[in-house]
Amino acid sequence: MKTLGDFTNSCLHGLCGERNGWSARGFATLCTLLLATTAATDFLQFTARAQQTAQAAPVVVQPGAPGKPSRRLPPSTMGKLPPPSQADMEFMQGMILHHAQAVAMTALIPSHTQNGDLRSLGARISSSQSDEIKFMKRWLAARGEPVPTTPGMRAMDMSHHPMALMPGMLTPEQMEALRKAKDSEFDHQFLTGMIQHHNGALTMVKDLFETPGAGQDAELFDFATDADNTQRAEIRIMQGMLEKKGPEEKQ
Amino acid sequence: MNRMFGVGLRVIAAATISIFGVIRVQGQAQTPAPAPSPSAQEAADEEENRFAPEPPPALPPGMTGSDVNDERARLAPGLYDAGEASMGMKHLALVKKPDAFQLGAADPDDPKVQKMLEQLRISNPAKIPKPMHLVLAQLAFANSDLAFQGNHLFQGNFYGVSIYDISNPANTRLLTSLVCPGGQGDVSVYKNLLFMSVEMPNGRLDCSSKGFPPEPPPPPSEEKDRKRRVPAAQKDRFRGVRIFDISDIRNPKQVAAVQTCRGSHTHTLLVDPNDKENVYIYVSGTSFVRRPEELAGCSGEEPDKDPNTALFRIEVIKVPLAAPQDAKVVSSPRVFMDARTGAMNGLNNGGTHGKKGPEKPKDTNQCHDITVYSAIGLAAGACSGNGILLDIRDPVNPKRVDAVNDPNYSYWHSASFSNDGTKVVFTDEWGGGLGPRCRANDPNKWGADAIFGLADDKLTFMSYYKMPAAQSDTENCVAHNGSLVPVPGRDIEVQAWYQGGISVVDFTDPAHPFEIAYFDRGPIDPKVMVLAGDWSAYWYNGYIYGSEIARGLDVFELTPTQFLTRNEIDAAKTVHTRELNVQNQQRIEWPAKLVVAKAYLDQLSRSQALATDKIAALRKAIQSAESSRMSKGSLADLKRLAHSLQTDHDKATNQADSKRLGALAEILEHPGALIASTKR
Repeated sequence: MKTLGDFTNSCLHGLCGERNGWSARGFATLCTLLLATTAATDFLQFTARAQQTAQAAPVVVQPGAPGKPSRRLPPSTMGKLPPPSQADMEFMQGMILHHAQAVAMTALIPSHTQNGDLRSLGARISSSQSDEIKFMKRWLAARGEPVPTTPGMRAMDMSHHPMALMPGMLTPEQMEALRKAKDSEFDHQFLTGMIQHHNGALTMVKDLFETPGAGQDAELFDFATDADNTQRAEIRIMQGMLEKKGPEEKQ
Repeated sequence: MNRMFGVGLRVIAAATISIFGVIRVQGQAQTPAPAPSPSAQEAADEEENRFAPEPPPALPPGMTGSDVNDERARLAPGLYDAGEASMGMKHLALVKKPDAFQLGAADPDDPKVQKMLEQLRISNPAKIPKPMHLVLAQLAFANSDLAFQGNHLFQGNFYGVSIYDISNPANTRLLTSLVCPGGQGDVSVYKNLLFMSVEMPNGRLDCSSKGFPPEPPPPPSEEKDRKRRVPAAQKDRFRGVRIFDISDIRNPKQVAAVQTCRGSHTHTLLVDPNDKENVYIYVSGTSFVRRPEELAGCSGEEPDKDPNTALFRIEVIKVPLAAPQDAKVVSSPRVFMDARTGAMNGLNNGGTHGKKGPEKPKDTNQCHDITVYSAIGLAAGACSGNGILLDIRDPVNPKRVDAVNDPNYSYWHSASFSNDGTKVVFTDEWGGGLGPRCRANDPNKWGADAIFGLADDKLTFMSYYKMPAAQSDTENCVAHNGSLVPVPGRDIEVQAWYQGGISVVDFTDPAHPFEIAYFDRGPIDPKVMVLAGDWSAYWYNGYIYGSEIARGLDVFELTPTQFLTRNEIDAAKTVHTRELNVQNQQRIEWPAKLVVAKAYLDQLSRSQALATDKIAALRKAIQSAESSRMSKGSLADLKRLAHSLQTDHDKATNQADSKRLGALAEILEHPGALIASTKR
């Protein structure tokens, strides 16, 4: 059986906190009133209910830095996100153009070389970078930001295309030279060019995460992390192809 | 563990995108049509299709896809009212995600929802379908992995940790919402300490949700030097492993925050049987390496440029139990080193996969998740481009003893051992967790479990297992986190498959795994892929708990079917653990109870390894022992029957039956005593 002490306790802890917006004193007064006018049976029922409420009330706690006390937050606390960053938007817009050049480079492969390994690598790069371009466009569109139109293959290939170059992008002269090369010379220029191109993407990711306030969006963080890992792996594969190719040419 | 991800975040990202997708399409539909010109038409088409699911690729030749005739293939969509299907599992409860980790509003018109849309920079919410408002606004708060202690369940979230009271599992109650953003919130618990992984740049030492502000734009005179300005180091940023004191479960306090160069995507608690003073944490970082100005010594260079690179390693944190505030990184093992050449990137074969299609190569310069099994002195690491086996008898200096690759694998994601340490189940998180990878045309060898035999520190591939039911193109689905179900005499794992639901698999015969139970819901949305589904599904003291990314926390019980008997379930329920951190695998030992003996009998009956009349005699003897409360006569009968099992034991045609017969005889000889544990 519950005692008066238990009841008051339940009242104070379970129902009278700031959570419900009632002051402790106000509720204590209410409790007293209720006590005075409630039959014993009702009293017990109420007690049970009060205990249940006390048991059920979860707390919201925000710890402090290590060694510092934690803070109790109101139960109405909702999640918050860091402010959006202009650098995030610029990263996505720039990376779309950057990726578009990789796709344009791989588009040259079928007509410029018979190298099976390079063809298969090119198909993979083309496919994954095209997918990522779609992802980046969706990300920007969803946030109401301008979505760069990706120049078509032809435009990318035009040496006079007036486009600002993102880090690692091939210059118009390099693109022109690549377009004119054939077979093993093409293979070599493609691999060195794409390594340069991918290293530029790594620089862009590094710059992004070094920019204050940037990279805190979960999707963008994931995308940039994945792009970084993928391009590192592809650079290693391309370096391996160059090393393998070197001795063959010497023979 | 957990660990999706590269997955975790990816998933979210995908989901968000998809969601936004719908929105965008709707918005476009109401925009006045531009003047019809071919290029404008193309652009409009691109806009229209921007958020629709990609058309599924053709099934590669020689491959088998998922089963379209399974009842799970066509469940109705919905957030809280999706269609459900189950076999051998009873759904006891769904506890919706706590308010602090979502909007807590059921009404799309709630101002809280609109405020979140503003935070997300949704350009024109008025044009978004109302039900999508809610879903959209909940994306930043994905649930992640689970840990257990006594009557408490800890559910990680990208925004903190939810602590539940599970003393009555069907009436699981929230106790504490611990707000501390930074993703993914992978959790472990040991006595009064709670550990949590943080990898994202918005993580702060003080657990604040404000992140870090952009720098004000430079004065016009410096505009042209803008690119080269070196930003201030963010000393308040936190990426690594947090340690909380949970002595007061309703008021956890942060006692330490151990910084690492790549942050902590996942972590693994390791308790060294020979060290009572400390516990250890293996840190798997998969993200970018931060600047040395922010954390001294960090370098993201390739190994040939900087031998101290933070790539190609894991970190080991030592936590002194008497002074957890002194926890620190004590070693950074180069677990991918080539022993012959000394090259630290000795396992770099992520590009050798034969898988066709839009596959991205994965470098082995990181582990995604590590499962330690101290009782056998080994750990299994799922490390991006490879699965590896580590000798962890010296926990600070783990040594690689084997490494495997697989032509059908994309991303080695997580691992678990069989209880006797003779098998390892790896998972492949093909598509990063955010992709629909269980469609009719997705091969059942891709994004699957790979079961390996383990003997003499060598891994040998045995078979694949993939949740068999086809899922829609708006359900992210691939192999994810699971735990053993302690049914004696069998190797059983319960496993999460994101929106593919939960699948319970028997891999006793590692060459022929098969499904014995499942639970699944329909997609959140039929038109766009909204990130959701089970991140982890773990068995803990008689119940299965599922961490649902978008919806909350699910609680289940196993129910008897032709694949699993009541006795087997009851025998599993005899196993009680004080704590469960799935990646710190503990040896399961069964009490010598008669219900365990009955489970073995059911199995021997199923496999026909024991004659029918002998099974009947044994069942009868066990029943009379139970009804007579272990009378002397009944115990003598059990002993006599136990002896008679010796010939059957010798005749057994497979190891599983041989072990069951041995264990059964042992219980019947000494009911009540503990079975001696098997040794490695």
